[in-house]
Amino acid sequence: MKTDETNSCSLAGIDASCRVPLLALFGGAAVWLVLGLLLGLVAAMSFHKPDLFADCPFLGFGRAQAAANDLLLYGFALPAALGVLLWIFARLSQAPLALPIVPVVAANLWHLGVLLGTAAILVGDSTGHLWLEYPRAAAALIFAAFVLIAVSAAATLGLRAERELYPSHWFLFAALLWFAWAYSTANLFLLSGHPPRGVVQATMGWWFANNLLFVGLALLGIGIAFYFLPKLASQPLASSGFTLFAFLTLVFFGSWCGIPQSAPVPAWLPAISAFAAMLSLLPILALALVAWHTIRGANCACAGGPFCFIRFGTLSFVLSALLYLSEFCPRYSRLLDFTWFGFGVTQWQLLGFAGMILCGAIYEILPRVMAKALPHPNLVKWSFFLFFAPGVLLYVVPLLIGGVEQGLKLRDPQVAFASANGVTLLFLRVSTLGQVLLLAGSLCLLLNILTLTVQWKLGLLKTVIDAVKAPLERESASAALGGAESASAALRRDKEVKA
Amino acid sequence: MKTGCTVFLAAFVALGASWFGLVRGPLHQLGGAQQTLTLQAAENWPPQRTGEATLGLQVYRKYGCAACHTEQVRQTGVANELALTSLGTQKAADFKDFLKSLMVVPALMNYSNTILGNLEGWNGNVPVTLYSGDNSSVVSTLADKLKPVGVKTEALVVARGADLARGWGVRQSVAADYLYDEPLQLGNLRAGPDLTIIGLRHPDVAWQLQHLYAPRSQVSDSTMPAFRFLFEVRQKTGGRPAPDALALKPEFAPAAGLEVVPTLEARQLAAYLASLKANAPLYEAPFTPVTAAK
Repeated sequence: MKTDETNSCSLAGIDASCRVPLLALFGGAAVWLVLGLLLGLVAAMSFHKPDLFADCPFLGFGRAQAAANDLLLYGFALPAALGVLLWIFARLSQAPLALPIVPVVAANLWHLGVLLGTAAILVGDSTGHLWLEYPRAAAALIFAAFVLIAVSAAATLGLRAERELYPSHWFLFAALLWFAWAYSTANLFLLSGHPPRGVVQATMGWWFANNLLFVGLALLGIGIAFYFLPKLASQPLASSGFTLFAFLTLVFFGSWCGIPQSAPVPAWLPAISAFAAMLSLLPILALALVAWHTIRGANCACAGGPFCFIRFGTLSFVLSALLYLSEFCPRYSRLLDFTWFGFGVTQWQLLGFAGMILCGAIYEILPRVMAKALPHPNLVKWSFFLFFAPGVLLYVVPLLIGGVEQGLKLRDPQVAFASANGVTLLFLRVSTLGQVLLLAGSLCLLLNILTLTVQWKLGLLKTVIDAVKAPLERESASAALGGAESASAALRRDKEVKA
Repeated sequence: MKTGCTVFLAAFVALGASWFGLVRGPLHQLGGAQQTLTLQAAENWPPQRTGEATLGLQVYRKYGCAACHTEQVRQTGVANELALTSLGTQKAADFKDFLKSLMVVPALMNYSNTILGNLEGWNGNVPVTLYSGDNSSVVSTLADKLKPVGVKTEALVVARGADLARGWGVRQSVAADYLYDEPLQLGNLRAGPDLTIIGLRHPDVAWQLQHLYAPRSQVSDSTMPAFRFLFEVRQKTGGRPAPDALALKPEFAPAAGLEVVPTLEARQLAAYLASLKANAPLYEAPFTPVTAAK
């Protein structure tokens, strides 16, 4: 009897409990995605017209590209992934989100941190460490926000009715630990008053970047994909044993990659990374197999919906991870290091893998959470076929090919540097087209989220006005006093509606 | 993997192991690094930067120069070379014949084609490289055999690799080179050339400043953006240029009566670039400096 009651209210209730936190996380993430892609476009302009920003110190390649990369990672990918994580945890626990007000506060802190950090980079206050450009204040805000979200996630996990964890749980739970450990270590060592000397800074930076961009994003992205792929394909996850194997090998071997083969450090460091990269092929192949067998033969129309996004993202994960690991093979690294290849792989990981899976997840979650269809469903469909999928390919593939070309020319000392550099320009011009397409796609995402938010706020306002107009003895008057936008009011309203 | 505890433990052990290996490990090995001594000259390495150059590193960081420039070069190996520096009283043809007769020595037998091939079409000009390869015993044997006949030879250790052949360095970059870099600006993309020894390639600060103001005035096919905001364009006082005004080529110079003067940041950045010269032979990166060979 009791279980029936909780189950009957569960799905809608759980979704409603995530409404305000997820809107706060996704809305900001979409804005940062648009801004990040825009800044990336601005940065690329330096290669089309070198002297464009000769009199403007704020938008040169060095600053704009760093700000764009950080916006895509810290502004978009992480908060969006954490939002999806909260929802998945609540769904898998069959319980409403614990402490729902905490992630709302956290989302605002997070976005404030990103805003501060981006502004700092653009005015020249970057720390100078790759992927850690945000100064101390911004990093502290982001970390505090992360801890708050993690607390809410852990509390929700604790509410679960079934004690057994699902494969998605392993990946997402480990991702929480990964970010907390990697981000705090890197910031505490590198941004403290007494940073370590010389190349130790670089080894820490590489360890951090690898564990955030490769392992961390893989844990988040695959955790999310392995929740949605079986659901959307209406088929169970192919093999839980293989997934467990992939999880363990990924965390044990993947975390040792990251030291470039050409690095001016003691030789054991690159050697151990090369070995770890070779072993890391195991989880990638295992994950690819599991994903393939899960969606094979699925009776699921790919009409540009979330399934398309997530399938594309999973494929991107496998391919980008293989290319990423190839950079640690000494034979290829001599060719690929210091070229646009590595840049292309990173953008593929950020946009093609994490970005696509997150877009798909957001499009899947939003209508449920808002209990309302997406305002522009056609935009979703067309944005996949016209903007996102071709955008990612047009952006990344020229960078990869151009990087190999550049590497081949740089390897031959008889070829002048200008010629090696010149060969990349053509590829950069094509990749800029991809950036424009991605920007258009991200605008579709932003438009959907913004319209939903505005509609929801107008709805809230209407409720409040109705409540105020209604005779005083109605108990809803007290709810209205709580303020239109407060999360508790929203939750109470949801419960009333359901009742 | 049924409970949260096992997942947490597995993840904790995995990340903790890599943390110990890749964070604590290098910190333990290199965190207490001190200046080291160069080979031969036994000077302290790396030299401490001047104050202006130290501030210049912050300008380098501020404008994100490392987004396009690396400060690290690779080498593929080290070659042992023997160069003939003086024939003494010998004639070139006699020396060649003598060298040919040496090729029966067991240590040299396998290398006769290489050594004699190096002298094909040689007309007696010195210095000339007799041997260049991996085998150091060839160098020592050959030098020993040539000593008694009155010719002078010199044994060299030469670092090889595409980066070095491009003139971007004289040896590979090693950890010791970066002792005073905070923040370290290694860079990972060569949209512009490597800067490891830019201070040797272009020692002239005036060149650096002109290149920053108008890159294509110095390198015609450069794709580097101009950093004009690091300079002040102002009226000449009394019709004559200030002492630190840039002597720009006419097509890059401002209108008549105006002059281009570097700001403090531009001068610091140029001083930093001039300080980049990783040219000392070290224990872990040996080579024979060219200046010592001459």
